[in-house]
Amino acid sequence: MQLSQPDQQSLKVRIWRGAGDEGRYETFDVPVLENQTILDVVSYIQQYMDASLTYRFACRVGMCGSCAMMVNGVPRWTCRTHVKKITDKAGSLTIAPLRNLPVIKDLVVDMDVFFDKWVRAEAVHHPTRSIEQGVQPVNEETAERQAANAAIECINCAVCYAACDVVASNPEYLGPAALNRAWSLVNDVRDGGREAILEAVSGKGGCHNCHSQQSCQKYCPNELNPTASIAGLKRETAKFALQNFLTPTKKDKAEKNMKRERV
Amino acid sequence: MKVTGHQRHGLWLAYISHRVSGLALALFLPLHFWVLSLALNDRAALDGFLSWTDFWYVKVAEYGLVFLLSLHFFGGLRLMALEWLPWSARQKTYAATALAAGFAVSTSFFLSATIYG
Amino acid sequence: MITARLYILQRLTALIMAPLVIGHIGVMIYAVQNGLSAAEILGRTQGSIFWALFYGAFALAVAIHAAIGLRAILHEWAGFNSMVLTIVCWGIAIGLAGLGLQAVYSVTG
Repeated sequence: MQLSQPDQQSLKVRIWRGAGDEGRYETFDVPVLENQTILDVVSYIQQYMDASLTYRFACRVGMCGSCAMMVNGVPRWTCRTHVKKITDKAGSLTIAPLRNLPVIKDLVVDMDVFFDKWVRAEAVHHPTRSIEQGVQPVNEETAERQAANAAIECINCAVCYAACDVVASNPEYLGPAALNRAWSLVNDVRDGGREAILEAVSGKGGCHNCHSQQSCQKYCPNELNPTASIAGLKRETAKFALQNFLTPTKKDKAEKNMKRERV
Repeated sequence: MKVTGHQRHGLWLAYISHRVSGLALALFLPLHFWVLSLALNDRAALDGFLSWTDFWYVKVAEYGLVFLLSLHFFGGLRLMALEWLPWSARQKTYAATALAAGFAVSTSFFLSATIYG
Repeated sequence: MITARLYILQRLTALIMAPLVIGHIGVMIYAVQNGLSAAEILGRTQGSIFWALFYGAFALAVAIHAAIGLRAILHEWAGFNSMVLTIVCWGIAIGLAGLGLQAVYSVTG
């Protein structure tokens, strides 16, 4: 990257600085280049103007999701967002850390909550076979496998989590990424935890809190559709609940008896 | 209320209008039920309330109410189709259709209450 | 704050109310022609088992549906939590059902 020349245009960039709940926006004048991504802008500021600016990136080619930030109020991968395409009418840029996650410093957020919810949704593989039994064949043609394949490319960048208003207003809500992953496993023949997953996504923070705003689907850089996955979970959990209601299994009856004895 | 960056898209607007119409209807209902229950003991009061509907601005308010109900109704159908029918890529079309249907129904009510009444 | 059970109830009451809403709007479009009066309305509804059942079902379904819908709003926008949320929403359901059934009785009794 070239250092600014005296006659070059410059861009006003507002960047969030601070830690935790405290902070403020600082403005920098960054030289405009022909092809410039938001990540280029942030890197320029940190390298040439203020070395104390803290931010995350890794691959810088749109594969890892580490560089996700709020750009003019929209969650994006900054390495794949061109400045010219999203500068607002005033010709300025506002860059902030991802919404809905605690801020560690400046543009870096704490992803722990996001990963915890992934686990709480039981969106983890529940193995069934041991190595002696061999690999279970997966039929790619089934509707279930196609549903799983449609949801499987998630790299957990938290853009959808930042875009979701339910995440913002309901702290227990598991969020689109965790639920999307849960759906891919519900449809995976190799996963032995279907019931556990359906129960995990039926509670207070479960899939039924989704109001289908579809911001997750709109902003997912991998073009996934968590809203559709969550709709699938709504159907399966409703059928599951109805089945249990109409034909309680021995396990359900035993659990009910245990609850009565405890009381 | 400011609609910020990530909220500026049609399907988010569909969500917020569904929520706001539901909230408005929920707030209106107790009043609606109370006025109707006047039929039991105070018909004169009921007739008093009903005569307000002769005023044009009350008719406009009624139009608003029927619009809210139609919007919430068609929006709800859209939601249940989204959740229970195979996913369609035409989500924005359905949202627009729900809005249009809401307008159509409430406008026919309004015409019935005014020009054709 | 919406669990699987509440979700099912919400969608079920919505389905029950779908034909009732269509009926209600249709009736209103008819009734509102040439002005409204108590005598005109009650002349059609009093003593009618059909209207009693129609609007009785409507009142009960809407009480449940509105209470669950408000539960989501009160939690997400007003920050109400667990116990308070449950008490308030039960109150809304019972209150709306009570007022609604009273209205139905007043108009069809």
